[in-house]
Amino acid sequence: MSDLFPVTVTVNGQVYTREVEARQLLSDFLRHDLDLMGTHVGCEHGICGACTIIFDGEAVRSCLMFAVQANGHDIRTVESLGTPDKLHPLQQAFTEKHALQCGFCTPGFLMTLVPFLEKNPKPTEDEVREAIDGNICRCTGYEKIIEAAMDASKKMSSR
Amino acid sequence: MTGKYFGQRETRLEDPQLLTGKAQFIDDIEIPGMLHAAFMRSDYAHARIKNIDVSAALKRPGVVAVYTAKDFGDYWKPGPLQVPPPTAIKGSQFNARTLVPIAKDKVRFSGEPIAIVIAESRYIAEDAFDDIIFDVEPLPAVVDLEKAWNDTSVLVHEDLPSNMAALVKQEAGNYEEAKKNADVVITRKLYADRNAGAAMENRGFVVEWNDRKEEMTVWATSQAPLPLRGAIASRLGLVENQVRVEIPFIGGGFGPKVMTSQTDDVLLPWIAMKLNRPIKWIEDRRENFLGTTSERDQVHYCEIALKKDGIILGFKDVFYHNTGAYDSYGMTVPLNTQTHTVNNYRVPNFYTEIRMVFTNEMVVTPVRGAGRPEGVFVMERMMDIAAKELKMDPAELRRINLLTPSEFPVHTGIIGQDFVEGVLDTGDYKGNLERVLEIVDYTKFRKEIQPKARAAGKHLGIGVVTFTEGTSVGPYEGARVTIGNNGKVSCSTGYSTQGQGHFTVFAQIVAEQLNVKPKDIKVITGDTDHFHWGAGTFASRGAAIAGTAMHLAAVKVREKTLATGAKFLEVPVEEVELCEGYVCVKGNLKKQIALGELAFKANPMRGTIAPGVEPGLEATAYFAPPYGATGSGAVALILEVDPETIEAKIKRFVIVHDCGTVINPLILEGQIQGAVSMGIGNVWYEKISYDENGQLLTASFMDYLIPQATDMPHKIEIGHAVNTTPLNPLGIKGVGEAGAIPTPPAFIQALEDALPEFKLELLESNLNPGKVFEYMQKSK
Repeated sequence: MSDLFPVTVTVNGQVYTREVEARQLLSDFLRHDLDLMGTHVGCEHGICGACTIIFDGEAVRSCLMFAVQANGHDIRTVESLGTPDKLHPLQQAFTEKHALQCGFCTPGFLMTLVPFLEKNPKPTEDEVREAIDGNICRCTGYEKIIEAAMDASKKMSSR
Repeated sequence: MTGKYFGQRETRLEDPQLLTGKAQFIDDIEIPGMLHAAFMRSDYAHARIKNIDVSAALKRPGVVAVYTAKDFGDYWKPGPLQVPPPTAIKGSQFNARTLVPIAKDKVRFSGEPIAIVIAESRYIAEDAFDDIIFDVEPLPAVVDLEKAWNDTSVLVHEDLPSNMAALVKQEAGNYEEAKKNADVVITRKLYADRNAGAAMENRGFVVEWNDRKEEMTVWATSQAPLPLRGAIASRLGLVENQVRVEIPFIGGGFGPKVMTSQTDDVLLPWIAMKLNRPIKWIEDRRENFLGTTSERDQVHYCEIALKKDGIILGFKDVFYHNTGAYDSYGMTVPLNTQTHTVNNYRVPNFYTEIRMVFTNEMVVTPVRGAGRPEGVFVMERMMDIAAKELKMDPAELRRINLLTPSEFPVHTGIIGQDFVEGVLDTGDYKGNLERVLEIVDYTKFRKEIQPKARAAGKHLGIGVVTFTEGTSVGPYEGARVTIGNNGKVSCSTGYSTQGQGHFTVFAQIVAEQLNVKPKDIKVITGDTDHFHWGAGTFASRGAAIAGTAMHLAAVKVREKTLATGAKFLEVPVEEVELCEGYVCVKGNLKKQIALGELAFKANPMRGTIAPGVEPGLEATAYFAPPYGATGSGAVALILEVDPETIEAKIKRFVIVHDCGTVINPLILEGQIQGAVSMGIGNVWYEKISYDENGQLLTASFMDYLIPQATDMPHKIEIGHAVNTTPLNPLGIKGVGEAGAIPTPPAFIQALEDALPEFKLELLESNLNPGKVFEYMQKSK
């Protein structure tokens, strides 16, 4: 089990080269090898969506991929959005609308919504609801997440 | 009570950290030299352990150690009784069989840990499970509650004569006597089904023993850090100040994280000392389903006695409660059921009996609602059935039986989880009902909307229920507030937080007293080095108990600040006030002193301070209520049901809720919406299912369904009512669990109402289209 394979990935614009076991999950690689802890792991079987990242522009679950599969690809994680002092418009809308409580699932929602809003700048509420249907939140009941996404879509499309 | 900060829709101070991925959760903690633990769990629900051979696992590269029960010697022992039974209930029987940290001679539930592997990585630790030979003699599993109670041929704990964990009989008035005067007596058997807490973050535990300082640091996803520290220190023979428990950000609690004395928090500290290496254990989702805790498995035999005009004479409820394989959490859950069954109605005669049963299933401890949803489900279902029997409108039957404000305080005669007789302090239960009927426009729905929809072939149904939520129970919480040398404020409490917004609401409470911006107030929760007294997060008590302690400490600091400021400004104390960041002389803005400067002066490095005066601008306060404050509310829910597929869509969800004084309306809405989503899950999606062998059939999110965005109503319409409680100075009642409590019976009533031609009588708290279809077939 000690065979190691080289992986070169671009994460949040930075190129990383590491050696990993073939079986290492991409989520574990991001969190523990690259120290990008913002990507959270909720179920490890692809249902909850907490580990969602943007992989070549698409929202995917990093717990359902191996790190070696990311070789040569481009990844964005929650760390690529805003900083506490300068939040991304979607993050700003999340705090204003109280779209997060424990915050564990939140990076997954953000990374699902960012590419969705980039592709659908003027979504309807039902389209947003459909877009986040693969992410589970146990705290909020989703209503305020949808409000935040709608609010952000207006601000993002008018930028 | 709305002030400059208190009562305002402040956005949360903790959000920027959480939104950017900076907030530290348990699995984010990395320590050089750290090892990883994995727990091998039994696939058998009930079995005698013959042998566990770990020799091959020890040879696997990367494995550092493997432990089974025998390796712990005398350190292995059953855990403490985390919550003892109330002694005040006369004649109650309770058999304590507390959780063991790891199975020794016998396995009592599927998922019980049998071996711990410590390895260089979690991957290797789990690989080693394949090397471990687990030799057992399987035993039949005890899974049926009633059978378990009566049948002594298979015992979960063989040193007991039966599977009885507890028997508690409580009565207010005299039910059998009252029944003689009844026109109608209805009996039914009802089932309250089992749900998981299923926080998005699983549990976790990190421990580091510093051999040179002889101190231990523990990071845990615990709702109760102080009890945890006490337990770890005493088990290891350390004194309390050698153990620091620090609670990082927690990804949701919902109850199960209050449970201590499990494998992680008992055995990993011991192993960390032995190996002198930091150890991390992160629970995976399957383990969380199998081996954490869950709640709500009860079977109720109910009887309601009424006059023909609908007035309730009495209620009787004998119920079986599944406590799982062990009962460390005492009788909290079934006692809450007892105290929340008839609570909001005028029921002069009430008999309630708990038959708590050991089974070969995971341990039962509170999950959001904690026994209350079961009681409310039972009562509301019986009210629905009675309304049909009496040919009364279900809302009207409730209206005539609800308690009115003039009757408070009401002494219920039933002792609850806080060991004292229930007292309903304040509220307007009937007002809640009227308000919810008004918002949903009940009359219009019945007279116009429903018949019109019917004529168009649409099946609309409405459910209207009422409920109470006993909240804000003791024993106590504490807080410390300190003004620092830069004028910013530090606050700490032993309370721990799992996403409820405590960092913000506690800051708002303190900001109001000190006239300092909330963003300049740093709140630290759940770190035993910062505050070392406290009970924990449960029973919707954070805002009311820890929040009140925070308020009392802030009031003391305010007084001290004004007195000290007046002294330095050389004016009488009546002439000074707190301006933003300053103590200033009223009407003379030039004469002022900054809070930071004053804090510095109050803690002089030379000279003397006046006798009896403590240094600094700091105070500590504790708050202990005599008994809990009772929140209340009402729900109206409109469903559209497809009679072919039995798809049920929530068209409207209206909740009127009274939690007394509101600290932050934004956070309050979030609490209600979240709890409602859990209630919707509980009734229509989520069910923990075991088969006859005690095998858990729902150990993943593929099988255990949590409501998704498309399952939720588009809007939860919230109407707040404010009846402040006299039980704490701010008038706060808890709210965290409210939404989960009334939702199942409201949904079920609406289902029946939408499908009148099938004459459904739904007797379970968890349903799904398939289950309703079975009821439809039976009623044909």
